[in-house]
Amino acid sequence: MPAVTQTREAVEKLGQSTYKWGFETDIEMDMAPKGLNEDIIRLISSRKEEPEWMLEWRLAAYKTWQAMTEPKWAKVAYPPIDYQDAHYYAAPRKKPGPKSLDEVDPELLRTYEKLGIPLHEQALLAGVEVPEGERMPVAVDAVFDSVSVATTFRKTLEEAGVIFCPISEAVKEHPDLVRKYLGTVVPAGDNFFSALNSAVFTDGSFVYVPKGVRCPMELSTYFRINAKNTGQFERTLIVVEEGASVSYLEGCTAPMRDENQLHAAVVELVAMDDASIKYSTVQNWYPGDENGRGGIYNFVTKRGACRGARSKISWTQVETGSAITWKYPSCILQGEGSVGEFYSVAVTNNHQQADTGTKMIHLGRNTRSTIIAKTISAGRSDSTYRGLVRVQPKASGARNFTQCDSLLIGDQCGAHTVPYIESRNMNARIEHEATTSKISEDQLFYCRQRGLSEEDAVGLIVNGFCRDVLKELPMEFAVEAQKLLQISLEGSVG
Amino acid sequence: MSQFLEISGLCARIDADGQEKQILRGVDLSIPPGEVHVIMGPNGSGKSTLSYVLAGREDYEVTAGTATFHGQDLLAMEPEERAAAGLFLAFQSPIELPGVNNANFLRTAVNAVRRARGQDELDAVAFLKMAREAAKALSMAPDMLKRNVNVGFSGGEKKRNEVLQMTLLQPTFAILDETDSGLDVDALRIVAEGVNRLRAPTFSALVITHHQKLLDYLVPDRIHVMARGRIILSGGPELARQIDQEGYTKFLAEVA
Ligand SMILES: Nc1ncnc2c1ncn2[C@@H]1O[C@H](COP(=O)(O)OP(=O)(O)O)[C@@H](O)[C@H]1O
Ligand SMILES: [Mg+2]
Repeated sequence: MPAVTQTREAVEKLGQSTYKWGFETDIEMDMAPKGLNEDIIRLISSRKEEPEWMLEWRLAAYKTWQAMTEPKWAKVAYPPIDYQDAHYYAAPRKKPGPKSLDEVDPELLRTYEKLGIPLHEQALLAGVEVPEGERMPVAVDAVFDSVSVATTFRKTLEEAGVIFCPISEAVKEHPDLVRKYLGTVVPAGDNFFSALNSAVFTDGSFVYVPKGVRCPMELSTYFRINAKNTGQFERTLIVVEEGASVSYLEGCTAPMRDENQLHAAVVELVAMDDASIKYSTVQNWYPGDENGRGGIYNFVTKRGACRGARSKISWTQVETGSAITWKYPSCILQGEGSVGEFYSVAVTNNHQQADTGTKMIHLGRNTRSTIIAKTISAGRSDSTYRGLVRVQPKASGARNFTQCDSLLIGDQCGAHTVPYIESRNMNARIEHEATTSKISEDQLFYCRQRGLSEEDAVGLIVNGFCRDVLKELPMEFAVEAQKLLQISLEGSVG
Repeated sequence: MSQFLEISGLCARIDADGQEKQILRGVDLSIPPGEVHVIMGPNGSGKSTLSYVLAGREDYEVTAGTATFHGQDLLAMEPEERAAAGLFLAFQSPIELPGVNNANFLRTAVNAVRRARGQDELDAVAFLKMAREAAKALSMAPDMLKRNVNVGFSGGEKKRNEVLQMTLLQPTFAILDETDSGLDVDALRIVAEGVNRLRAPTFSALVITHHQKLLDYLVPDRIHVMARGRIILSGGPELARQIDQEGYTKFLAEVA
């Protein structure tokens, strides 16, 4: 059985209450004092043993950030964030590389166990040597708090010429590649949160797929936030050369906490001629309790550049978590005939707020984009889809198709669709369709008459509503996503 | 109380745009095991409402009366508990479930009731084999299992899909609400055969229909006439033929 399947099955068996993956680990932490200033940035940079250019890049971003103000246009409301009241660096204390699981911090193992990570995968994550001949179809680069605890499958990937490592490592070991691409898709000053991330990012992944290589496995990263009041600022950079391809999976669970925790990741994708990148996310940050207390603030900048002709970038995401989500994975369609896709399911329940969507920027000729956005609102939640399709003058023959569907559960939630369409080319064709529907009593009763519980009925109907998106996910992720959708809507009817 | 299905003095109303509307006004009906009973009656007399109330639809408020199934208080059970207990309702207007694959829906339902009945769940392969055979017996196109539940189905296809569900869920008591409406003669026969295949000493059905044609194939045990929320008349199979020829008016006048 694939390790990931085991992981998932084990996760499913964890009979925990409401938020199934909520717990906190108590390991000794190496933590920076609260606050944000140049000294803290210097500390982060030196802890990570970064080269001088990286520090300068961070400091420049910090200057930019200081001159910026938090964006207010999104349809979300939250108390002001005190950026000086957080720790910007936390790392599990380094120990000499363990020889077996017996030598691994039991607290860390317990965390893995609660996460349902199977034993041999735990060993990998904890940095224990893998027995020869053992193979897993998915490489896991676990980000435990800010430092990548372990990276697996480096060897198989290395043989294919693929680089998959923590970005902090890439900064040291592949400085030319990182310098060439970092910040070229999302410049530090792009927005308030990207500037903040550029100044203080602590970890994330780096992927490089050389010319003509199809990455031999799906790449997967599990992010967790652990320490109290630690902002988490991942930075991910994926570069895929001519004719190469990769599928990257990102999945998140977070421990139950009371304070709001800021999460401001930046993800940059670069695709050259005929390259393709599939980026799939199942996001399940702690959404806060049913009264809206606690929960993660998720302010993410994700953007892909289709630089090469006929290149393709596809974002697929299932968002069920976070107290507040602010997220617009986008594609810059520069190469002639390049393709951008955005498939999204966003679920909000209780007091969650989500303002999400995408931007498709058509620069090259005959570029094409597809947007399928499914929004599900339940409880007293509020969800906004915001989508921009921009066609520049040179993008003759550009085409976009957008489908936005909202599903409301109950009558105290809201769903809003805000399409922005800007076409500067007469030959472009842009189609937009939008629907809003409710789960009807008829549908629920029909399912229940056939023996389904009310919750299973909602799950089935919701999964049906999301089918066009879920089928874009890699198989195993799709199974997890379906479960997640149902869990996140528990108690939303009746 | 030892009867299979026992309905007594059942009254139900609905809140329609703020106005209380009494629909069932004291239904008495008793169905022994192994029998097929028929309800006929003019449009709007409350036939569908009775079937909804028996199946547990919450919009209808039961104001008086009782309904027991195998001696159990049916009205106290959740709809899915009634389904697990063996009650099946073939809807007059089957509901569409966009994006929900028909086979997946059927398997989820079958496994839900199997679980509740203490039977083993079926894996995908075993289920598909069973579903394909059942669909074939109802002369359904094989792709009906792959399509979304009732979405884009013709009237006849929807009705057959109801009978398919009934076949797979193996109820002990089935209510068929005008399942014959809108079917051509061949489809009618196929549907009737579907019901007849379930006939057993432990299976009963309540068939709501306007037409004698279906009854030619089903051979019912008893006919009930419903009007203004009550069973006003009951009789043998000949009653259906009489209604078919003479209409309801005469019977309504007699009891008025
Ligand atoms: N949900 C409802 N809202 C308002 N009126 C209803 C509702 N359901 C049934 N009725 C009314 O109750 C009466 C009986 O309806 P129904 O049970 O469908 O009759 P039948 O199936 O015998 O034709 C009709 O007058 C109908 O309009
Ligand atoms: Mg009716």
